[in-house]
Amino acid sequence: MLTMNNITKVFRTDLVQTYALREFNLNVGEGEFVAVTGPSGSGKTTFLNIAGLLETFDGGSYSLDGEDVSHLNDKARSRFRNEKIGFIFQSFNLIPDLNLFDNVDVPLRYRGFNSSERKRRIEQSLEMVGLANRMKHLPSQLSGGQQQRVAIARALAGEPRFLLADEPTGNLDTKMAHSVMDLLKDINEKGTTIVMVTHDPSLAKQAKRNIYVRDGRVSELHEVAAFAEEESQTTAKASNG
Amino acid sequence: MFSYYLRLAMLSIKRNPILSSLMVAAIALGIGACMTTITVNYIMSADPIPSKSDKLFYVQLDSWDPNNSADADEYSLPSQVTWTEATNLMRAKKAVRQSAMASSGAVIEPPGQDAKPYNASIRLAFTDFFPMFEVPFLYGAPWSHEQDQAREQVVVLSQETNDKIFGGENSVGNSLTIGGNVFTVVGVLKQWEPMPKFYDVTTGAFNEPEELYMPFLLKEELELPNGGNTNCWKTPDGEGFKAFLQSECINFQMWVELPDENAEAAYLDFLNSYAAEQKAMGRFQRPINNRLSDVMEWMEDQEVVADDARIMLWLSFMFLLVCLLNTIGLLLSKFTGKAAEIGLRRAVGASKGDLFMQHLVETGCIGLAGGLAGLGLAYLGLIGIGTLYGDFAKNMTSMDLTMVAVALGLALLSSIAAGLYPTWRACNIAPAGQLKSQ
Repeated sequence: MLTMNNITKVFRTDLVQTYALREFNLNVGEGEFVAVTGPSGSGKTTFLNIAGLLETFDGGSYSLDGEDVSHLNDKARSRFRNEKIGFIFQSFNLIPDLNLFDNVDVPLRYRGFNSSERKRRIEQSLEMVGLANRMKHLPSQLSGGQQQRVAIARALAGEPRFLLADEPTGNLDTKMAHSVMDLLKDINEKGTTIVMVTHDPSLAKQAKRNIYVRDGRVSELHEVAAFAEEESQTTAKASNG
Repeated sequence: MFSYYLRLAMLSIKRNPILSSLMVAAIALGIGACMTTITVNYIMSADPIPSKSDKLFYVQLDSWDPNNSADADEYSLPSQVTWTEATNLMRAKKAVRQSAMASSGAVIEPPGQDAKPYNASIRLAFTDFFPMFEVPFLYGAPWSHEQDQAREQVVVLSQETNDKIFGGENSVGNSLTIGGNVFTVVGVLKQWEPMPKFYDVTTGAFNEPEELYMPFLLKEELELPNGGNTNCWKTPDGEGFKAFLQSECINFQMWVELPDENAEAAYLDFLNSYAAEQKAMGRFQRPINNRLSDVMEWMEDQEVVADDARIMLWLSFMFLLVCLLNTIGLLLSKFTGKAAEIGLRRAVGASKGDLFMQHLVETGCIGLAGGLAGLGLAYLGLIGIGTLYGDFAKNMTSMDLTMVAVALGLALLSSIAAGLYPTWRACNIAPAGQLKSQ
């Protein structure tokens, strides 16, 4: 489903070059729910951006859904994102002027569906996240958890094969975070492949597989407990230092 | 997608009402200034008789001072003709239609005891004047060729004059005392206001047409006073009106209608032969130099579009450019503020082309709003010019549908041009950088 071989991503300035990803290798199979964890600055978000075709990379190869996407032009990448990838962001990224219906409609507009098909998909995906009765509300009239549900509905409306979530519960309280995680698990149960970046070990634990990223590389797969311990040590060092 | 983009544009404009209003105001100011000057130039340079402007020719003959040309240029010609040339050319009748003409004035004594006499402007012309210049009649018809030759006291009234004196009724056949002589009304014109007043620009290309029209030869018969410009390169031989008419003073215009190039060439040959004859008689001592100018050539020659109007036009375009530069800055600011939304749209599948179109539609909407507001400002500007310059500018200060279309087109084009760079910048916002930062 997703295969990255020796992916390298370098950020260059006049004085330094920083490797965000270095010989990054990863395989994600169809229907998996993978949590990507790792310390800040380890390259998790860069990985997610490359996986979502939002950023290009400097070396290696990447194939998604059986297609080599390493050298697609901008238009083809846009089309690929629109048809096969759904995004969920930490800060929801809803458009404040548009009501829920229109927010969910955004990716469908670029898909070229007619209005009745768009309406069907919007209603269905808002139904799935439990917000079908609030279609005409603006994002500002919803709680954080509800906003993230709208973002999930938007990601699902195009029926993507692949869902990328970047800290999807990062802006939510524990109760709402669990509710969103339950929703993601349901979606995964229905067959959508999910890759989620998170700092939260308790959320990572709920994924089917955990991947630990450090210094731009996929480290060995960690047990959740070991990862949690490492995270707490890092935090302790930071507070002592 | 266009309707979707239109909806997004409206939402975006509403989201930043102050910024949007500033952009509309900047475009409106530029368009308003431009349209004011374009309208004035457009009216000044319009073809006043498009159906036959290439068939009507103004006649110039070099009967001027042997030692000095009529103007600074060695080959410049007098802008009018003498009475001798006017009457000789009319007698020759070498064109399909022809009319010598002059402006004059006299006191009208309206019938009825309460009506007060007043000074009226007169156009002295031959009967061909009316069909040649497609002058429309409300009542009656032009006088005849015979009445021209017989110097009959007949008159054609402008509609305004007929309204004033006869209350707008059909006055054909009525008598009217003009300059102490009794005239018979043979026709009343429909509203006729050629712009510019091409048939006689010497009295002002944007003046009102005359109030009365009467046979040209009555000038001599009734010793009607000169109107317009009179120029002489030598003093008349003798005193009095007859001496003036026989002098080398120019005060008359001569127009001919020539259907094609052959007729034009033949008429020019005739003029050259005429000049040679006059030379043999001791006149026309300068090298033979005669000219036929069609209507638009004559307007150009007489610089109907004044140089300062052209300069104002360029200045207003510069002003529009400054306004557009401001608009570019404002658009940049507006689109930068939308970076997160642009990043999101890119992430969910919008191509650069989609975003380019979306923002171009938004820019176009702002441009159209600016164009409409600019039309209002141009209207006020034209009223201002009319107020400032009085009657002279009154006829130059109205906008027709073409000008409205030009204003909107100019606003749309210039705003889109201004929007290209900000739109291009917006499309190239890296989505990954925006999605985390919201």
